[in-house]
Amino acid sequence: MAVSATTDTKTARAAAAREKARRAPAKWLLAPAVVFLLVWMIVPLGMTAYYSFRNYNLMMPTVSGWAGLGNYAALWNDPTFWSALGITLLIVGVCLVITIGLGLAFALLFHRQFFGRGVARTLAVAPFFVMPVVTGLIWKNMLMDPSYGIFAWLARVFGLEPIDWLGQFPLASIIAMIGWEWTPFALLVLLTGLQSLPEDQLEAVRLDGANKWHEFRHIVIPHLGQVIYVVVMLESIFFLTSFAEIYTTTSGGPGTSTTNLPYYIYQAVFNQYDIGVSSAAAVAAVILANFFAIFLIRFVAGNLNAGENR
Amino acid sequence: MSATRSFSKSGVALGILGWLVALLMFFPLFWLLLTAFKTESEAFSITPHLFFDPTLSSFETAFNQGRGYLHYAWNSVFTAVVSTLIGLALTVPAAYAMAFYPSKRTDFTLVWMVSTKFIPAVGVLVPIFLVYKNIGLLDNVWGLIALFTAMNLPIMIWMVYSYFRDIPKDLVEAADIDGASMAQIMTKVILPLATPGLASTGLLALILAWNESFWSITMTNFQASTLPVYIASFKSAEGVFWAKMSAASVLSIAPIIVLGWFAQRQMVRGLTFGAVK
Repeated sequence: MAVSATTDTKTARAAAAREKARRAPAKWLLAPAVVFLLVWMIVPLGMTAYYSFRNYNLMMPTVSGWAGLGNYAALWNDPTFWSALGITLLIVGVCLVITIGLGLAFALLFHRQFFGRGVARTLAVAPFFVMPVVTGLIWKNMLMDPSYGIFAWLARVFGLEPIDWLGQFPLASIIAMIGWEWTPFALLVLLTGLQSLPEDQLEAVRLDGANKWHEFRHIVIPHLGQVIYVVVMLESIFFLTSFAEIYTTTSGGPGTSTTNLPYYIYQAVFNQYDIGVSSAAAVAAVILANFFAIFLIRFVAGNLNAGENR
Repeated sequence: MSATRSFSKSGVALGILGWLVALLMFFPLFWLLLTAFKTESEAFSITPHLFFDPTLSSFETAFNQGRGYLHYAWNSVFTAVVSTLIGLALTVPAAYAMAFYPSKRTDFTLVWMVSTKFIPAVGVLVPIFLVYKNIGLLDNVWGLIALFTAMNLPIMIWMVYSYFRDIPKDLVEAADIDGASMAQIMTKVILPLATPGLASTGLLALILAWNESFWSITMTNFQASTLPVYIASFKSAEGVFWAKMSAASVLSIAPIIVLGWFAQRQMVRGLTFGAVK
């Protein structure tokens, strides 16, 4: 008995040692990716935070040193910053409502069987794969041009005065472009979610004589809840950083009516060369993104543990 | 679906509605395609021409004029492909280590990697611009490639990790007991099984890099500029260049739309971090 026990410990110890040796290369496999992300994301993030407390303007090389909270104070007192913040949040909010509302409606439609459904769905999701720069130019020129655009032509056909969309309703126009691009994403994700609906539960409520609305309210919505949650969080992150649509169409104008936070920072760097203030604004953008990211990261982490218990 | 059901009254209504949605969503792209085959004067006209004599002249100008489309297209292909390959080279070992040799810190590492995806680009723009300026990486394809790689790495690692996790652990353990080395297990057991997953991860990275515009607009001037910069250069050209702009746009988005149609499911899986498969 005693002998076999020692052998057991010995084998166990040997096994542990072998396990350790077997794992040893693992951290070296991980290192390159970790280092890469540190160098390109985390170190710059730290530098941004550092610059945000420094006096640093490329146009004024003689001025330097600590600024304390000076850059943040400059932001606080800049009405354009506050309007940029408001515009950023407005874009996120309205685009979320549009893309998820339309995306859900379209997904329910494309979940049903009809003639040529596959082709129709393929056409409907295409806008998502278009680069935002192209989206901006199609909408600005071929659709929204006040004289030569399709919308202007349609207005004239119906005897209306053509509207200068980007001049009169610049922010709504930007929102329409982003909405057009991202509705297909919501559609795709929600459709995938619908396709994994629990058929047996649906059968059961149908047998109980539930009507369509009940079915939708009690089975579809709860099941899609998690999917919608993910879409909301992901789209928020992307909408917060909208840039190319604004860059190619309004350049933040007229005035500052379409200057969102990324565009504000872009201008602070490349028009005013103010590294300090733009870094402070960047810190604000990171904090804003974090507000959304925390939920997503928690979700991803939760997913991880759910996977663990398979 | 039975024919009777799909041709029922509600089925027809549904079909009409479905096609209406599809055509409305696709219309701007359809119009772009049409405009690309028009002459400049047809493209820029008060009454839109639906029927016209198609011409390839705009494509010819886009190709031939100075260092036009092809210069940017080459940069786009090069940066997208190389950043995807580097991304995979970094991703496969990292995901392999985390999936098959998990330690106490693995969950944290993985979540940390994913979280870097949520740092907005403007949050790192200033230091990257300044450092690139000092070390000569501005307007340099390698500078852009590194940024594309960093931008896609979190999603790639997450995706490949989730594909690796789908591989039964017994297979790895069996190979281990047979005395296979880590390198052998990776090349002989894991990679063949994960090839479809790696392919779709690569495809997603390729699409995201190809469409990326923020870094190419801010970090390049001409030498390293990719297609989004070329297309954006039409933003101040009024009217006269609509057909050429459309031709260049069509050439820039067509390959990705085709690839995207194939990669729909993988994109959903990758971009939602596995929440929706």
